[in-house]
Amino acid sequence: MSQATLRVQKISGHAGPIPGEGMQREDQVCKLVDTTTCIGCKACEIACQEWNDLPFAQTTFDNTYQTMPTTQWNFWNLIKFNEQPKEDGTMMWLMRKDQCMHCADPGCLAACPSDGAIVQYTNGIVDFQQDRCIGCGYCITGCPFNIPKFNPTTKKVYKCTLCSDRVSQGLEPACIKACPTGCLHFGTKDDMKDLAEKRARQLREHYGFENAGVYDPPGVGGTGVIYVLHDATNPEAYGGLPANPSIPWAVRLWKTPLRWLGNLAMLGGLVGVTLHYLRFGPKTVHNGESEKRS
Amino acid sequence: MTNGWIDIKNTDMMLIEGGNPAENHPCGFKWAIEAKRNRNAKMIVVDPRFTRTAAVADLHLQIRTGTDIAFLGGLVRFAIENSRIAKDYLVNYTNAAFIIRDGFKLPDDGLYSGFDPATQTYDKSTWNYAEGGDMSGKAGGGTAVPHAGSHGQDAHAAVPPALPENVAYDLTLQHPRCVFQLLRQQYSRYTPEMVEKITGIPQDQFHKAADLFTSIRKDGDTKKVGTIIYSVGWTQHSSGTQTIRTAAILQLLLGNVGRAGGGVNALRGHANIQGATDMAGVFDLLPGYLKVPNPNDTSLDAYLKRITPKPSKPGPWQSMNYWGNTPKFAVSFLRAMFGPAASKENDWAFDYLPKVDRNYSWIQIWDNMYRGSVKGLFAFGMNGVMIGPDSKKNIEALKKADWLVVGEIYPDETSEFWKSPGITPEEMKGIQTTVYRLPCAGFAEKDGSFTNSARWLQWKNAALPPPGDCRLDQAIVAQIFLKVRELYQKEGGKFPDPILKLAWPYGDPHNPSLSEVAKEINGKALADVTDPATKLVTKAGQQLPSFAWLRDDGSTSCGNWIYSGSWTEAGPQLARRGTEDPSGLGIYPNWAWSWPVNRRVLYNRASCDVEGKPWDPSRRQVWWNESVQKWTGHDVPDFKPDSNPKEHLGPFIMNPEGVGRLFMPIGAVADGPFPEHYEPIESPVANLLHPNQSNNPVVEKLKTPLDKYGTVAEGFNIICTTYRLTEHYHYWTKNNPANVELVPEPFVEVPAELADEVGIRGGEKVKVTSARGEIIAKAMVTRRIKPMMIDGKKTYQIGIPIHWGYRGIAEDEGRTAHTPTNLLSPTVVDPNAFTPEFKGFLVKLERV
Repeated sequence: MSQATLRVQKISGHAGPIPGEGMQREDQVCKLVDTTTCIGCKACEIACQEWNDLPFAQTTFDNTYQTMPTTQWNFWNLIKFNEQPKEDGTMMWLMRKDQCMHCADPGCLAACPSDGAIVQYTNGIVDFQQDRCIGCGYCITGCPFNIPKFNPTTKKVYKCTLCSDRVSQGLEPACIKACPTGCLHFGTKDDMKDLAEKRARQLREHYGFENAGVYDPPGVGGTGVIYVLHDATNPEAYGGLPANPSIPWAVRLWKTPLRWLGNLAMLGGLVGVTLHYLRFGPKTVHNGESEKRS
Repeated sequence: MTNGWIDIKNTDMMLIEGGNPAENHPCGFKWAIEAKRNRNAKMIVVDPRFTRTAAVADLHLQIRTGTDIAFLGGLVRFAIENSRIAKDYLVNYTNAAFIIRDGFKLPDDGLYSGFDPATQTYDKSTWNYAEGGDMSGKAGGGTAVPHAGSHGQDAHAAVPPALPENVAYDLTLQHPRCVFQLLRQQYSRYTPEMVEKITGIPQDQFHKAADLFTSIRKDGDTKKVGTIIYSVGWTQHSSGTQTIRTAAILQLLLGNVGRAGGGVNALRGHANIQGATDMAGVFDLLPGYLKVPNPNDTSLDAYLKRITPKPSKPGPWQSMNYWGNTPKFAVSFLRAMFGPAASKENDWAFDYLPKVDRNYSWIQIWDNMYRGSVKGLFAFGMNGVMIGPDSKKNIEALKKADWLVVGEIYPDETSEFWKSPGITPEEMKGIQTTVYRLPCAGFAEKDGSFTNSARWLQWKNAALPPPGDCRLDQAIVAQIFLKVRELYQKEGGKFPDPILKLAWPYGDPHNPSLSEVAKEINGKALADVTDPATKLVTKAGQQLPSFAWLRDDGSTSCGNWIYSGSWTEAGPQLARRGTEDPSGLGIYPNWAWSWPVNRRVLYNRASCDVEGKPWDPSRRQVWWNESVQKWTGHDVPDFKPDSNPKEHLGPFIMNPEGVGRLFMPIGAVADGPFPEHYEPIESPVANLLHPNQSNNPVVEKLKTPLDKYGTVAEGFNIICTTYRLTEHYHYWTKNNPANVELVPEPFVEVPAELADEVGIRGGEKVKVTSARGEIIAKAMVTRRIKPMMIDGKKTYQIGIPIHWGYRGIAEDEGRTAHTPTNLLSPTVVDPNAFTPEFKGFLVKLERV
């Protein structure tokens, strides 16, 4: 996606220094999703598809108001509808806008082996660069929120860009623009955190939601999308929002100690091959064996 | 709306019932959320389903559809019994103190006094105030007032019974026949036990809601405000009008009408429904809510005498009786309609107006077509087969019509009625109706104005030209009119004058511009007109500044008096885009233009106490300014601007009483001066208040073989309601891939317990059958609709969205069932507004 005026702070599969890294501090951008004022109108879903020129999908009825089970390569923003019974016999109908969380410590980026296919800008947006994507799908494994999706036709992976093209021009993301109730807010991470905490306090003090709180999971270094939840102790109820998301251990291992081990192993292999060559010379092919094989 | 969308942000308490704004008015609903976010306002949602509105409410009560009067009546009782009422407001601003004639009877047996079973109508002469002056502290008294016409006021009554000039009253509200005592008596029967049995709302939940809603008047508090928000969930019942009346009574009791954050607020279902209503969308109204003439109105005088009310009030009080100006509105309307052909000599062409001799409401039109007396139909801006009840009857009716003209942007079910499901190719050949399908411009391809729920007229520009051969509606209508007029010119006719002499003063007669029409509606001076108070003059030919300038001497013309002021000499007020809001109350006086006279909250005089001081100084709308001896404020005062509070001029200036009506006297409504709970025409139980009078006694059932009504005995044992979804807009959006993606198929919402009983799982197909038809669709099995205990019996409700039919993207590809939901609904209407009972009829549910 657009990198017009965005500066990069992390690059996938990249060795060596990142151009411009650390030269300038930029505000982290953040979406605040107040699930307590979401009415599930899906304006954000369509705004996302229209702004990003994504083709409409053919869906089928699935016993729910939810448009489809999960995000898709052409559907980056999905409201998850969850009927949640309460102890007193009444119920809640929880609606949560699901999309890329733009983790400060993105598992997708960590997992991606292709140089520059996933970048994180200095404002915190995590963005896929499809022209560099090799379609390996490691990012899908690396994401603790099950967000990136593979397009079998183009053999590339897609997800929410946090409208990096709009944001780079000083606009809010398309979903925020479309939200009719003001359940979605956009601003700096600090401001959004303040607003979210204030709202959570109001919910605790005036609306009887004792466990109201803000979802900004530390396991991924905090996120560029934060939620106000009626019950922050039970994020799973909101369509499987993980309570303690983190980058899968396999990805962590691979990208940190195992990466060096792997490099070491590869280097060792090369050294071994060279030594073998020096010691024994080139491998000679015996005619008999060759004939047997063919 | 008495108030407006933005004004909802000023409230402390919301009762949302008969509406689902989060789903059907998501943009306006932001103000409800604002009230919660900024004022810690509470929201109570009463709905047969746990909707997306309920999802953000503080309390949701599941109600049996069609029993809202029982619930609201229970609230009225609770408010009175617990003194959660606004006493001063009640005494001074409502007819609580008025004494009702001897002989008036409450409907303990289901009938008010004066019922005639033969005609299914009421003689309303006892539904009237007693004449007589101050009865405070005196029992009895209140002499019976003589009244003209003992047969009640129906459309044919030449001289209707009148309200007495000098009303008997008791300001202590103790007189046994004063409105307040009768009200208390009427709703004393609506106990929490009764409410539970009828509505299915458990008593503890009812108590919670009643306590919460009336908490704004706890301990005599007069500062807090509550609003009631509703939509077609209230109107689409055989007692729809009375449901809204009950809400009005409750709001008057609590003193919430006229105040910022208060009122009785109808959320209109389309961008311009309010405009359609204002401009005579109903057969019994002319623009600006003037009543239509009937055949007994043999002259303009007789007509004006019938429709112009006289003040009726306690002696010492004043009443502005604004409808007293009716002759000015009516004559100016006739001048707009017939221009120079309307003269003093010919009664301002009164005879050119059609005289409406009977009911021509929606279901009557289709009934008449089915019976063969209506030969053709113009269908513009609506999908007639789909939107009315009993689609099958509508399709059958169109088969019998000679011709049908449909102006639409898509081929719709109405223009393709001849290939509706079930019609065989042979049968198709037999259909002789000629169908003309005219491609019209869409809303974004037209200019003009929308009038929103908040009564704002907002001008819009065309975003792009209509594609291909599409034409503007007004161009099509104009050309048809000119052709008809040509025929009358050539061939004459029985009465050509109304057609030949209709004013058609447009620059391009074949394609009138809507700005010309809007100016015509606003009205202009035909001669120099002088305002007697200010001596200002509006010169002949100039646009009128407001309806205060209208005259009954033919010197002004005006297409719709309430819109006068929308397009003045200063330009199109309805196109204004000022975003200043000096009061912070969201009045935005320079944004668009709100009828009447740019007033944003109706009855806003009632936002002040008797002395003219705001009940809540932090939400000041208007107030009496002693120093300049004038009413002033942020909003336009809904009052005589120089009326000193000492005059005790009533704040409800459109009522001849000057006060709000708890009791609706004589002709105003057909079915009773107080609302009474009646069961829907198709109901699983007999009325628990009076089993022998279960339904609304004045509701008429149609009588063709297709007008069938089901009973539990026939196996129709499940209550069905119908509604719209956020994701779709009526029957249009199934032609748009984005909406089809969001909700691709029709479905039936089924309570999980019922699904278990019937043996279905989510996504499996079910057949829903009513006495009139059946549909097949997939089941959405949900816990959001629970089984209810109605009079101790387990009762189920199901719900069906209305959006699908037999034309659309998925329909054309054969991907969805062909299911016009209104195949199921009955041809029964509210007796006052003639709105069909789409919500609350009986069906059976089977596995397919």
